[in-house]
Amino acid sequence: MTVFLVLILIILFVASLWQMSKIYKMSQSKSTDDNLEVANEKDNRINAKLMLMFVIFLYFLSFYCFWYYSKFYLPEASSEHGSKYDTLMFVSIALIMFVQIITQGLLHFFAYKYKGEKGKRALFYADNDRLEFIWTIIPVIVLAGLIIYGLFTWSDIMNFDEDEDALVVELYAQQFNWRARYAGEDNILGNANVRFVEGANTVGIDASDDDGMDDVVTQELHLPVGRQVIFKLRSQDVLHSAFMPHFRAQMNVVPGMITQFSFTPTVTTEEIRETDYMKDKMRRIQQIRKEKSKELVAAGDVALDDYENFDYYLLCNKICGASHYNMQMKIIVETEEEYKEWIKGQETFKATLASQE
Amino acid sequence: MSAHAPALDQGHDDHGHHHHKQTFISQYIFSTDHKMISKQYLITGLVMGFIGIAMSLLFRLQLAWPDTQFTIYEIFLGKWGENGVMDPSIYLALVTIHGTIMVFFVLTAGLSGTFSNLLIPLQIGARDMASGFLNMLSYWMFFISAVIMVMSLFVESGPASAGWTIYPPLSALPQGISGSGTGMTLWLVSMAIFIASSLLGSLNYIVTVINLRTKGMSMTRLPLTIWAFFVTAIIGVVSFPVLLSAALLLIMDRSFGTSFFLSDIYIGGEVLHNSGGSPVLFEHLFWFLGHPEVYIVLLPALGITSEIIATNSRKPIFGYRAMVASILAIAFLSTIVWGHHMFISGMNPFLGSVFTFTTLLIAIPSAVKAFNYITTLWKGNLQFNPGMLFSIGLVSTFITGGLTGIILGDSTLDINVHDTYFVVAHFHLVMGISALYGLFAGVYHWFPKMFQGRMMNKNLGYVHFWVTAIGSYAVFFPMHFIGMAGLPRRYYSNTAFPYFEDLADVNVMITVAALITGLVQLVFLYNFISSIFYGKRGPKNPWRSNTLEWTTEHKHIHGNWEGAIPHVYRWPYDYSKLNEDEEDYVIAGQDFIPQNIPLQENEEEMNH
Repeated sequence: MTVFLVLILIILFVASLWQMSKIYKMSQSKSTDDNLEVANEKDNRINAKLMLMFVIFLYFLSFYCFWYYSKFYLPEASSEHGSKYDTLMFVSIALIMFVQIITQGLLHFFAYKYKGEKGKRALFYADNDRLEFIWTIIPVIVLAGLIIYGLFTWSDIMNFDEDEDALVVELYAQQFNWRARYAGEDNILGNANVRFVEGANTVGIDASDDDGMDDVVTQELHLPVGRQVIFKLRSQDVLHSAFMPHFRAQMNVVPGMITQFSFTPTVTTEEIRETDYMKDKMRRIQQIRKEKSKELVAAGDVALDDYENFDYYLLCNKICGASHYNMQMKIIVETEEEYKEWIKGQETFKATLASQE
Repeated sequence: MSAHAPALDQGHDDHGHHHHKQTFISQYIFSTDHKMISKQYLITGLVMGFIGIAMSLLFRLQLAWPDTQFTIYEIFLGKWGENGVMDPSIYLALVTIHGTIMVFFVLTAGLSGTFSNLLIPLQIGARDMASGFLNMLSYWMFFISAVIMVMSLFVESGPASAGWTIYPPLSALPQGISGSGTGMTLWLVSMAIFIASSLLGSLNYIVTVINLRTKGMSMTRLPLTIWAFFVTAIIGVVSFPVLLSAALLLIMDRSFGTSFFLSDIYIGGEVLHNSGGSPVLFEHLFWFLGHPEVYIVLLPALGITSEIIATNSRKPIFGYRAMVASILAIAFLSTIVWGHHMFISGMNPFLGSVFTFTTLLIAIPSAVKAFNYITTLWKGNLQFNPGMLFSIGLVSTFITGGLTGIILGDSTLDINVHDTYFVVAHFHLVMGISALYGLFAGVYHWFPKMFQGRMMNKNLGYVHFWVTAIGSYAVFFPMHFIGMAGLPRRYYSNTAFPYFEDLADVNVMITVAALITGLVQLVFLYNFISSIFYGKRGPKNPWRSNTLEWTTEHKHIHGNWEGAIPHVYRWPYDYSKLNEDEEDYVIAGQDFIPQNIPLQENEEEMNH
């Protein structure tokens, strides 16, 4: 595919060079009325044609990207609010593509149609209040609709109600990894501050706060499906951003304050692995990795690790240092029972303190 | 000030023979002449531009072929590119300095500095800027800041690498990333000087436009270029000082132990003493400039385009008053939308709603501008000079990039595309490429005015435009899609993480396009330099344009006009205006009426 794309580019490049050399040659000939560096009729004609070709190129590029790159889109959202997000995104993209196609078409078509010719008279047309009113009011109405639609969705997502059984989880960021802290049986996170970070107490839980004793700190994020999760985000050093693209969720992590975000996961890891989308995607990636491994082995290197199964992930999405690109955490969405089983096996803060002494 | 101008006026009535003898230094280096200063700005800006673009090509190579070793890294990056492997922290440094150079040094100073200086006095009919001395200071401070910025590339611990937005705490803590040591200090010093330079320049522009317009040049007769430069200067004066305060507070946090932006930090195995500061405060201060900055970059480009499109369409710009109104509306709105960079920064979601509202409002004047450009082309007699092509290209990228702004400006949709390649694609098209097109358009169009009537080669200009136009869409259009795939920006490599491996193809394609587009800029460079020395001399008014700068002689003289300053009797857009019986143009056989031509007998008077 790469080869194909590169080829197209090179062909376009060569074609434009060829066109240019043609123009160049023609302009060298003495037939023109002057040898000034001002566009003459020939230049106008050729560039007008190129304008038309350019808008066709632009349509082709858009069409190609939408058609061929659609496989890159994220799969359907795995969270409750995510489907609202996806609808709003779809509506917005449809709208802007509509406007894009029309305006680019007009712009380049006019450029083509009204190319300069000797003796042609341009129309002295300085103003038309009515026309301008129309194209002020149309964006006003359309944008008002979009704003209202967007703001309702925004307030649904950000001003969430806390369900009674909501799970409270702290995401703790540091250069360059993530930790999750579960609130434990009381579902209340104990007080914490970086000033308490010491030894095994890696996220700085206040040992004098009873609420913190049953807190559980883990390296993986396990979430029960269908239950609201409220994330409290805390950073120990620089800005980070907790980005969970499959859940349409992102919030910055700011040292010195606690930020929050909430969503309800709807698709378990098992389920998403079974979707056609994910199977296709994994097959493609495995293919790429297989070829790469072959090359590596041929060059005397070690083959790449297998990448068998898809997992949700949490990425860092705010520049945070040299290894920023490597800062992730695995997310596992599972059934309530599996989750309970898993959390039972984790060490509470109390046990951590005990084992330290 | 008012006493100053007439004095100059008289002094030059006797053909300016009494000029002081100009030494090389006073003519070319510490010149106070606005035309020379504009050339100084342009050339410094272009040099910085080539550094900035070269940097982007280096990191594009890394993104496309992360596993391949390139000796070129070793050549340019030295110890940061040993054995042809790019160090991850120098990758971030390249991204940071590329952004800084392109936004501030090329598109702010290189674009607005060049053309405000060249065109404000020439188009309003003034002998020079209100203060030639301040103008000279402004350029030399810009030059010093550029030198310091370039110097910072060579410090031991590496240049600033916290992103061009330099969010603390990363930018405040050398423990966090080595570039936040001396490199960051130099970055801040350079920017502080840059801001001072920009303020001196802007104040000068504002005063000049308000006070030194020639007789008859009312505000509603100003060319749209001048309106754009004037309003840009006002935005600069309003917002740049806020960046200066942010930079000063950051310097204090870094060097004097204050806690404006730092709180509760554990890094390098120890807890820092800082408490009570907030990085979000820095984000507010930064973007209070940062967003208007987009328009500081873009408005001059739009002004230049308005002028060039009207001239080359041989038609008045459509809706002059609406164009001015939308410049003013954009300027006003631009100062109250900064929060859309911070929807997910942790600020109150209600604020997010307010900023969504104001942000989407700004789409309205932008849409009006786009429609007016398109209507200006309608039924024109389009002369495809290189400047015209770049102007049409600008309208095209401005629309494409502007439309995706509707997605990013919507707080909800921003959640999942924030800081992904979608953003990179958006802002490069709408402000990067558009403003660069504006710069190129301006250079092609006003080159004869800068270099004694010499003109740039049009055919090389056509090659430059068409390859750039195709190339920049090939670079930035596919980027939207890898952004929607959830790929974060500023990632050194995507392969450390298998999930994104199928995007590698697209990255290769983008890099190939970027290399071609980058290389074709050498055509421009060649054309620019060779035309300075060997360009053909055209007539006094090669584009048959109405504005006053074309009434001056080829040879640059101090004071611009040999005799008295021309008076102005009409707006600058009387192209293809017919006489009252609609048989011929007002001036028979000539489809333009320069601003200094009085109202003709057979001419209908318009409102301008």
